[in-house]
Amino acid sequence: MWSGTPLFPEQASTMAGRVDALYFFLLAISVFFSLLIAGLIVFYAIRYRRRDPMSVGEVIHEAMALEITWTVIPFIISMVIFVWGASVYVAISRPPDDTLNIYVVGKQWMWKFQHLDGQREINELHVPVGRPVKLIMTSEDVIHDVFVPAFRVKADVIPGRYTNLWFQPTKPGRYRLFCAEYCGTRHSGMTGEVIVMEPSEFQAWLSGGALEGSLASAGAKLFNDLACNTCHRPDAKGRGPVLDGLFGNTVKLQNGEIMTVDEAYVRESILNPSAKVTAGFQPIMPTFQGLVTEEQLLELIEYVKSLKALPPAQASQTR
Amino acid sequence: MPPRHYLNNGYGVKSWLLTRDHKRIALLYLASVTFFFFLGGAMAVLIRLELATPAGDFVTDETYNKLFTMHGVMMVFFFLIPAIPAVLGNFLVPLMIGAKDLAFPKLNLASWYIYVIGASFTTYSLVTGGLDTGWTFYTPFSTVASNSNVISAALGIFITGFSSILTGLNFIVTTHRMRAPGMTWFRMPLFMWSMYATSLIMVLGTPVIAITIILVASERLFHFGFFDPTLGGDPVLFQHLFWFYSHPAVYIMILPAMGVISELVAAFCRKQVFGYKFVAFASIGIAVLGFLVWGHHMFVAGISVYAALIFSILSFLVAVPSAVKVFNWTATMYKGSVSWQTPMLYAIGFIGLFTIGGLTGLFLAAVGLDVHVTDTYFIVAHFHYIMVGGTIMGYLGGLHYWWPKISGRLYNEYLAKIAAAIIFFGFNLTFFPQFILGYLGMPRRYHAYPPEFQVLNVLSSAGASILGVGYLLPMIYLTYSLRYGKIAGSNPWNAVGLEWNTTSPPPTENFAETPVVTWEAYDYSAPRA
Amino acid sequence: MSDTAEHPALAHHFDSLAQQREATTLGMWVFLVTEVLFFGGLFATYAIYRSWYPEAFAAASHELDVTLGTINTVVLITSSLTMALAVHAAQLGQRKLLMTFLIITMILGAAFLGIKSVEYYHKFAEHHVPGPGFVFEKEHIRHAQLFFSLYFVMTGLHALHMIIGIGIMLVMLYWAWNGTITKEYASPIEISGLYWHFVDIVWIFLFPLLYLIGRHAH
Repeated sequence: MWSGTPLFPEQASTMAGRVDALYFFLLAISVFFSLLIAGLIVFYAIRYRRRDPMSVGEVIHEAMALEITWTVIPFIISMVIFVWGASVYVAISRPPDDTLNIYVVGKQWMWKFQHLDGQREINELHVPVGRPVKLIMTSEDVIHDVFVPAFRVKADVIPGRYTNLWFQPTKPGRYRLFCAEYCGTRHSGMTGEVIVMEPSEFQAWLSGGALEGSLASAGAKLFNDLACNTCHRPDAKGRGPVLDGLFGNTVKLQNGEIMTVDEAYVRESILNPSAKVTAGFQPIMPTFQGLVTEEQLLELIEYVKSLKALPPAQASQTR
Repeated sequence: MPPRHYLNNGYGVKSWLLTRDHKRIALLYLASVTFFFFLGGAMAVLIRLELATPAGDFVTDETYNKLFTMHGVMMVFFFLIPAIPAVLGNFLVPLMIGAKDLAFPKLNLASWYIYVIGASFTTYSLVTGGLDTGWTFYTPFSTVASNSNVISAALGIFITGFSSILTGLNFIVTTHRMRAPGMTWFRMPLFMWSMYATSLIMVLGTPVIAITIILVASERLFHFGFFDPTLGGDPVLFQHLFWFYSHPAVYIMILPAMGVISELVAAFCRKQVFGYKFVAFASIGIAVLGFLVWGHHMFVAGISVYAALIFSILSFLVAVPSAVKVFNWTATMYKGSVSWQTPMLYAIGFIGLFTIGGLTGLFLAAVGLDVHVTDTYFIVAHFHYIMVGGTIMGYLGGLHYWWPKISGRLYNEYLAKIAAAIIFFGFNLTFFPQFILGYLGMPRRYHAYPPEFQVLNVLSSAGASILGVGYLLPMIYLTYSLRYGKIAGSNPWNAVGLEWNTTSPPPTENFAETPVVTWEAYDYSAPRA
Repeated sequence: MSDTAEHPALAHHFDSLAQQREATTLGMWVFLVTEVLFFGGLFATYAIYRSWYPEAFAAASHELDVTLGTINTVVLITSSLTMALAVHAAQLGQRKLLMTFLIITMILGAAFLGIKSVEYYHKFAEHHVPGPGFVFEKEHIRHAQLFFSLYFVMTGLHALHMIIGIGIMLVMLYWAWNGTITKEYASPIEISGLYWHFVDIVWIFLFPLLYLIGRHAH
C-alpha cells in the first residue's frame, strides 16, 4: 500500500537542505512540547482522577515564577525560530548576481516560459543543473503562483507587476511544478514540470529549437515595428530619452524623484508613459496598453536591457 | 423541572420569533448555526469523496471549486464565527455576570434576523449557480475573471457582518454596565474575558471586511478599478484589507473556545484556573496582537522582505499568550479532582489538538519555511486543527457542559463519551495526513492531484467519514434528551459560577433576585450549595 | 435610583435610568468606533492610491466644485450646532425648542443632500463617472478614474449615513412630539446627536481629502 507513497519530498535545490533543517528543528520542538503536554494531561487525569464524587481540587495559589518561566521560554524559542526562518527567507529572496534569467507569463490555465535565447516552452521548463536560475514572472489575468516542491520555493505571479523567484537545482531530473494560488476553474490543471539537465545537454537543448532568434532580437524587431525608434534614438536627438545603457541605472524624473530603471519601470513607461516622465522630456508618448501582450513586453524589456551604453563619440554614428 | 422557566414562558411561533430573551435568541442561533454546520459539512463530505482518487472524476472541476468555496464561506461566516459567541455567549453572558439580559435585547434579536437575511442571500447565490472564488475572494479573480454569483454572496457576508458587530457591541456594553453588585472584572469567569476580547475584534475588525467586500462588489458592478491592475489598481491591496479582518477573525473563532475550555477545566477539576489573571490578559493580548499579523498570509505575495520579517516576528509574539494558556490549563489539572465526564474529554481533546495546531503555526510564522508550505495542504491541516480541533471541540464541550442548564435535562453520558472518542479519532485521521501531504507539496484547492498523493488522501477521506458519524451522534442524543433525558436539577456538575445558582432551565429574568457576589471566580474551597 | 425605578422608559432589564443611559451611550460610542474602522478601510485605500498617483489625484480633484463643497461644509457644521442645541433643549425638557432644532437639523441635512446630488449630476453630465464612458484628460485617465471611484464610494457612503441620520431625526421628532422624550429620559436625543456629529466629522475629513488636493500650490 505504501509503495510509491513518499512521506518526504525530494531535495533538488540548494535551498531544500536549509528549509528542511529548519523544518526538522521545528518538528523536534513540536514533538517535544506535544508529548510534554499530552503526557502531563494524561498523567494528571489518571493520578488526580475524582475518586469521591464530592471532592474538590486543592487550592493552589498562582506562582509568578512559574508564569514568567513559561512565558519567557516560549518567547526565547520563538525568537530563535524567527531568526532562523528570517535567514532562510532572506536567502530565498535575494538571488545571486550571475543568474540565468528566464521569463514566465502565467495565464488561465498555463505557464509560458521564455528563454533569453528565444526558446519558448509551455508547462515545461528546462534548466541546467548547478546554475542559479531566476524567474522573472508576471500574469496576463489573475494571480497565479509558481511552486516547485522539490526546490522548496514558491512565489505569487501577479498581474501588473514583476515578481522574482530563484533557485539553484542540484540534481538532474524531472520535478513537479504547481500553480499554488487558486486561479479559477482549471487551477488544478495548471501544472507542469521543471526538467533539470546537465549543462551540456541543456546547451544542446537550447540550440535545438531556437528558430526565432533571441528574446532581445525579437524585442528589437518589435521596437522598430511599433516605431519606438522614431523617438527613442541613440543619438540624443529624439523626442524621447536615449535608452542605451539605461537599464540598471537611475533616471531623474520631472518631479525630481530618482528612479532605478528596472523591469517594472520599463513596463510602466510603456503602458503608462505619463506616470513617471524623465526630467527634460514632454509627456507626449502614447500608451501601449492593450497594444502589446505581456510576452511582447518582456521582449521589449529584454531589448532595453541589451542596449549597452556606447561611448559618446560612437553614439552618433551607429544606426 | 422548575414550574416556570424561559422555555415554558409562551409556546407559539411568535413567542420565539419576537422574543427578546437572550436565552431564546441563543436557541434560535443554535438552530441556524447547526443547519449551516451540517450544510457545510455535507460539502466537506463531497470534497473528500472527490479527493479519494487522484483523477477529478466524481464532480467537475467547476463544481469542485464551488464546493470548497461554499464549504469555507458557510463554515467560517455562518458557523465558526457565530457558533460560540452567538449561541453559548448569548445564553451565558448575562447569566455569568448576574444580569437579567444583555444591554440591548432588541438589537440582539435584530442581530439574529440580520444573520438570517445575510445567510439567505448567500444561500441564494449557492442555489442559483454557486460561487467559485474561494472564501478569500482574491482579486482580480473575484472582480474580473469569475462568472459566479460574487455580488449576492458578498452582499450576504456584508450583511452577516453587522450581526457580528451588533453581538460584539452588545457584549461589550453588557460587560461594562450590567455586572451584578460585587461582580468585579477579576471575579468574572474567564469565559467572560474571552467573550470581551472576542467582542473587541468583532467591533474593530468586521467593518473593515464590510468595506472591502463593498469595494469588490462595486468593482464588479460599476467597473471601479480599486483592485484592477489594468486601471492602476492593486490586487494585493485587497489581500491587505481582507486579512486585516480575516486574521483577527481567526481569533474570533478560537478565543471563545479558549474561554469555554477555561470553564470546563475549572469545573471538572473543581479548582480555580491556574494563573487566572495571566489567562485573562492572554485573551486581551491575543486580541490586540491579532490585528498586527495579517501580513503573514502574504509572505509569497510579493511583499517586501522587511515587511515579511516584521509580520513574522509579530506572529511569533502572538504565539506566546496562546502557549501561556495551554500551560495554565495543564497546571490547573495538577492536584485537581479530575472528572472524566464528557465535557472534560472535549477539553482534554481541545488542549491536545490546539497544541498541535498552535505548534504548526510556528512552522508558518517562520517565514523561510512558510514559503514552502503556504498554499499547500499543510495550511489546510493547520487551520483545521485550530478551527475544527480547537473551536468545534470547545463548542461541543461547552454545549455538553451547559446542556443541562439550557434544556434542564441530562444527555446519555455513555453515548456522549463514545461520540467524543469517535470525533477525536476521526479528526486526527482526517487532518494529520494533510500535514504530510502539504510538506510533500500538494497544493490546496486542487480538484485532481498527482497519483503519489493518493494513499494519504484516502486516509484523510476515511477519517472524514468517521468524523461525520461522530458529529451526527450528539445531534441525535441531545435532541433525544430534550424529551426523554433525566431531569438535571440546577447544578448537576456541582460547579460554581452564577449560571449554576439559578434553576435549570433558568427563568426568563434569569435570577429570582439580583445576586450579590462576594466570592472570587472558581472558588471551590467554600462550596455553596 | 429608586425615584426612577418606575419610569415608563426604563427597560425591564436595567435597574435604573442612569444605568440605562450609561449603557446606551457606551453602546453608541462602540458603534461609532465600528464606523471609524468602516471608513478607515476607505481612507487607507485612498491614502495608498494618492501616494502612488499624486498628480492624477490632484488633477481629478480640481474637477470637483470647491464652492459647492464649501457651502456643504458650512451647512453641515451649522447642522451640528443645531443638533447640539437640540440636545441641550432635550436635557432642559424644552419640548417645543427641541422639536424646532430637530426640524432645522433635518432641513440642513436635506440641503446637504440636495447640494450633493447637484454635484453628482454635474459629474454625470461631465462623464466623470467611472466606467467605459469615463472622460478625462488622457494623461491621467486611468488614475483619475480611481480617484472618482473613491470619490463616489466615500461620498456615497457618507450620504447614506446622512439619509439614515435624517431617518433617526424623524423618529426623534416623533418621540419628542408624543412626549417620550423628557428631562429624565433625554438619552435617545443624546446618542442620536453623537451619531450626527460623527457623520459631520467624517465629512470634515472627506472635504479636504477630496476637494482640496494640491490647491495650496495654485
